[in-house]
Amino acid sequence: MKCNTFNGLHGRSLPLATGAKLVNPELVVIAEGGDGDMYGEGGNHFIQAARKNTNITLLAHNNQVYGLTKGQASPTSEPGFTTKVQTEGVKISMLDPLTTALSLNAGFVARSFSGDIEHLSWVIQQAIQHRGFSLVDILMPCISFNKLNTFKWYKSRIYKLEDEHWDTSNKAAAYTRAEEWGEKIPIGIFYKAERPPYEDLISALKGKPLIDREYNPQRVSKLFNEFI
Amino acid sequence: MLDFSLKIGGQAGQGMQTIGYILSKIFSRGGYHIFSTQDYQSRIRGGHNSFQIRVSTNPVGAASAKIELLIALDEMSIAEHQTELTATGGIIYDAGDAASAEAQPGRFTIPLEKLALEAGGKKVYVNSVACGAALGLLEYEFSALEKLLIASFSKKPPDVLEANTKAALAGFKYAKDNYASQFATKLKPQATTPKLMINGNEAIALGALASGCNFFAAYPMTPATSIMVYLAGKQKDFDIVVEQAEDEIAALNMVLGASYAGARAMTATSGGGFALMTEALSLAGITETPAVIALVQRPGPATGLPTRTEQGDLLFALYAGHGEFQRVIFTPGSAQEAFYLTQKAFNLADKYQVPVLILSDQYLADSYRNIEPFDLSALKIDRCLASDEDFADTQAYRRHEITTLGVTTPLGASTPLGVSPRLVPGKSAHLVVTDSDEHTEDGHLTEDLDMRIKMVDKRHRKYQGLVAEIEPPLVNGAAETDLLLIGWGSTYGVITEAVHTLNEQGKNVSQLHFPQVWPFPKKAVAAIFKSAKRKVIIENNSTGQLAQLLRAETGLTVDAKILKYDGRPFTAEYILERLEL
Repeated sequence: MKCNTFNGLHGRSLPLATGAKLVNPELVVIAEGGDGDMYGEGGNHFIQAARKNTNITLLAHNNQVYGLTKGQASPTSEPGFTTKVQTEGVKISMLDPLTTALSLNAGFVARSFSGDIEHLSWVIQQAIQHRGFSLVDILMPCISFNKLNTFKWYKSRIYKLEDEHWDTSNKAAAYTRAEEWGEKIPIGIFYKAERPPYEDLISALKGKPLIDREYNPQRVSKLFNEFI
Repeated sequence: MLDFSLKIGGQAGQGMQTIGYILSKIFSRGGYHIFSTQDYQSRIRGGHNSFQIRVSTNPVGAASAKIELLIALDEMSIAEHQTELTATGGIIYDAGDAASAEAQPGRFTIPLEKLALEAGGKKVYVNSVACGAALGLLEYEFSALEKLLIASFSKKPPDVLEANTKAALAGFKYAKDNYASQFATKLKPQATTPKLMINGNEAIALGALASGCNFFAAYPMTPATSIMVYLAGKQKDFDIVVEQAEDEIAALNMVLGASYAGARAMTATSGGGFALMTEALSLAGITETPAVIALVQRPGPATGLPTRTEQGDLLFALYAGHGEFQRVIFTPGSAQEAFYLTQKAFNLADKYQVPVLILSDQYLADSYRNIEPFDLSALKIDRCLASDEDFADTQAYRRHEITTLGVTTPLGASTPLGVSPRLVPGKSAHLVVTDSDEHTEDGHLTEDLDMRIKMVDKRHRKYQGLVAEIEPPLVNGAAETDLLLIGWGSTYGVITEAVHTLNEQGKNVSQLHFPQVWPFPKKAVAAIFKSAKRKVIIENNSTGQLAQLLRAETGLTVDAKILKYDGRPFTAEYILERLEL
């Protein structure tokens, strides 16, 4: 992708993206990272970004394992999943990004699959066009370190919400469907609702982007009276 | 010469801050030099807090150890502070039901609560009664208080102002009629020009606004919070967004995102919050993203003494962040330095694309002084941004271009060493790419060993330019001196006073103050040390951190250290007692 890029810290791309978007709302801002980034290390940032509803798209590459550190459990690893660290298998419950985002009132909650380029491209497009925070959880195999959730594993379970004329405005239904994880796994846009993006609610941002405004030091002289 | 100190003591929530602020402002407007400090506990209600005001006809930069007047809003304040009173000092307090207690010299019992209830029907008016009583005792003009009350309550219903004025007048009359003849000190307004009564945090906030800071993100933390609070009130008028982040990690990452996107961005925190920021500080280093960070120190380790003061984070600020990268650390010692160095911090951050720290502390943050209005005429906002015109159509833009001495860069000869041309993403035809990983000149990840060495060297070359821009250490007094008292940051005022007192006694003493500790002003210090006989360093910490830095950077050592780490600031008396002259 040819774009302006700031490759920041593990787990921290959402606050970085938030800062950039607020000072120049004219930028299209995409934050991306893996399941360890977004749901583990940066879990608090994920919560805040969903609540804040800044017009940012989050692409979370979710392969249910830590790959770069050679195969430890991630927040989305399945209970029982064994690794060289989780030698007796994962003993804690899976973090579900979709129901988490829904509970935080996120306005665009979707999942797609890296094995279906056409579907994934469509969902990403929709996410970027949505005004407000949008989550695209992208299921993808890790061919090196996840021998459980393989391409075949996903392929045999995944089905598309769009095929059943899914109503994206029903939050309760979205929540119930998002909990479906097992023999069948739904992908698609689970929930979509318009609410004003955070930046629209800030009076100081009405008008030109902050970075296009004029500043001069002499302006503070009008504040001196407060201190006299 | 007049040098008068009064203290207001009571529980959190009783309004010492309000009384202290109002009285300070009255004396500031009245042409006196004032210095006010707060001492508070980490609690919302109860505990013991105090506010001390020093009023003088001479400039003052510190609180004094002794007070002449104590306004005690509770019993504990008397027990806690009566030993600080001078021989002729007095206490204003409400004896309540024990009003029949026998009159004692210097005990000015005033029915503060009764007068408050009579005037306004509420206990909260005790503050106004107490303000009035203090002025009555000093036989100051009542109209000065009246004017301030009008200004303070202009947005409240008219009966609030009326009740406060009535309460204040009742306190004023009671004190004047019953006790004025028993109290020797009298104050009256002097001819003056308007001065700003301002504390260190407000000066930093004003400095940020004067720098065109348009993005501020922070997580509230005592004693830094008031910077955020002040700026939050100016968002619309000054085109700035103030964002409360979910934690300090997010705060500095937001600042870097905003800065990358073209903003002038800042955060403020204390030690614990700064500890969380160190990861992003390092990110600022490798991505060469400008950032200004106010680190308002309080005593650690960990939660430490959350509302007290200490200079314990100098070396932490210097070494914070993983990896090696350049930074600047300013250590303002007055409201003036806090303001002007904040302005300089933004300009240097942009010019050298490095993080700049403003290292302050609770004492500087919360103490008020009155000063001449800041001179804005010479201030400039120097963004040092490149523009597309600097690059021919065919020439690719490289965010981390390695510029070398003697080579004409797209920005011309003025480009500082090691600094690459910075464009704003979305405002340029070129793409702006940067990376937390080691990267090539065009900002893409690399593991090439040669490129790694080149990039490290490039970033370190900024040091040479930064050295040339050092805020020089300040010498007060003769260069040839018998005794040099050395300090950094908030001890500036108190050391000035100690030096002044000693010189008045006929001694030959000078002061060396550091408004900047990194890059360290090696050359200047070496010269100053040569002509001083005995060198004593004064630091509000337990290990003498500047002394360590001084030795590491120059090999020079001091003859003695006066250290204080009880969470309280120095007084001149404390320093003089320990000098063993």
